[in-house]
Amino acid sequence: MPETPYILAVLAIVFTVTLALRALPFAALRTLRESVLVRKLSVWMPVGILGILAVSTLRTTLTAGSGNALPAAVAVAVTAAAHLLGGRRTLLSVGLGTLAYVVLENLF
Amino acid sequence: MRASRISSARREIAAGLRDSLAAGLGMFPLGIAFGLLVVQAGLPWWVAPALSVAGFAGSLELLLIGMMVAVTPLATIALTTFLVNFRHVFYSFSFPLHVVKNPVAKAYSVYAMIDEAYAVTAASKENWTGWRLISMQLAFQAYWVGGGLAGVWASALLPAHVEGLEFALCVLFVTLTLDAARTRKQVPPLLLAALSLGTALVVAPDASLFVGLVIFLVLLIVRFVMDRRRGVLNA
Repeated sequence: MPETPYILAVLAIVFTVTLALRALPFAALRTLRESVLVRKLSVWMPVGILGILAVSTLRTTLTAGSGNALPAAVAVAVTAAAHLLGGRRTLLSVGLGTLAYVVLENLF
Repeated sequence: MRASRISSARREIAAGLRDSLAAGLGMFPLGIAFGLLVVQAGLPWWVAPALSVAGFAGSLELLLIGMMVAVTPLATIALTTFLVNFRHVFYSFSFPLHVVKNPVAKAYSVYAMIDEAYAVTAASKENWTGWRLISMQLAFQAYWVGGGLAGVWASALLPAHVEGLEFALCVLFVTLTLDAARTRKQVPPLLLAALSLGTALVVAPDASLFVGLVIFLVLLIVRFVMDRRRGVLNA
């Protein structure tokens, strides 16, 4: 479990990096807006980063938990199906997926 | 004169609060889940409000719970924060910050430029005023911090540990990935991301997130350079 100084260091880092990302562009708005690289990154980055996070968190669960991949696979499928067929209501999809995982994980 | 200025400010504040409601309906329950997860993960309860004030960035805060429990190196925390929150750079291009005149309010507006605030202003064609924008942003932060505290409180009502609750984060990223991958243009970056993480899992299994994100960023820049050489960049 993390010590308090470590938690405080995390808070300081998160505060500084996030605020810098929100504030600095306003200072260099014209340069950034004219940068083709920045514009391309804005299109390419989000989907890849989110996909990497989805797989990384899935892997954390698989390596840290009971090692049973079935509940995770079912929960991810439930989430994706609910999201694509249920009109992309994030709370509903996440709720159903989490419920599926919790139930399966506690049953088996 | 003064009375009319006060009544117009009041109208603008009411409009800002109305603007905040739809997104707030999603933020408050997610905040509860966040507060619950903080306590369930075994972190001190104050981490929930502290993260929501220090970062005020929902998906990153959820991600940080697991990273903090694992005492992830601070360099990985910094890089993950940088990449996950990098999208905010693009928000500044169209966020109506110019309507906020007071310097303190302006600083707050920049600090609180979250996804939801950007999305609401981007989707509306209305004339924003400083009062309206700031009251909407303050309302968002109240929902988020309040939801987190409600989750901390609710955790006391639950059994000591609900097995598997932390999986909410994984499925949240699954839905966000699906939302980001709506057009065929998103297939190449998704494949590059898969290649990056796959490589990282082989060469650096203990730091796969950090290494995977770095490889991904490098590959995107390589793609950009190659596109420019071939002259296929449609700027």
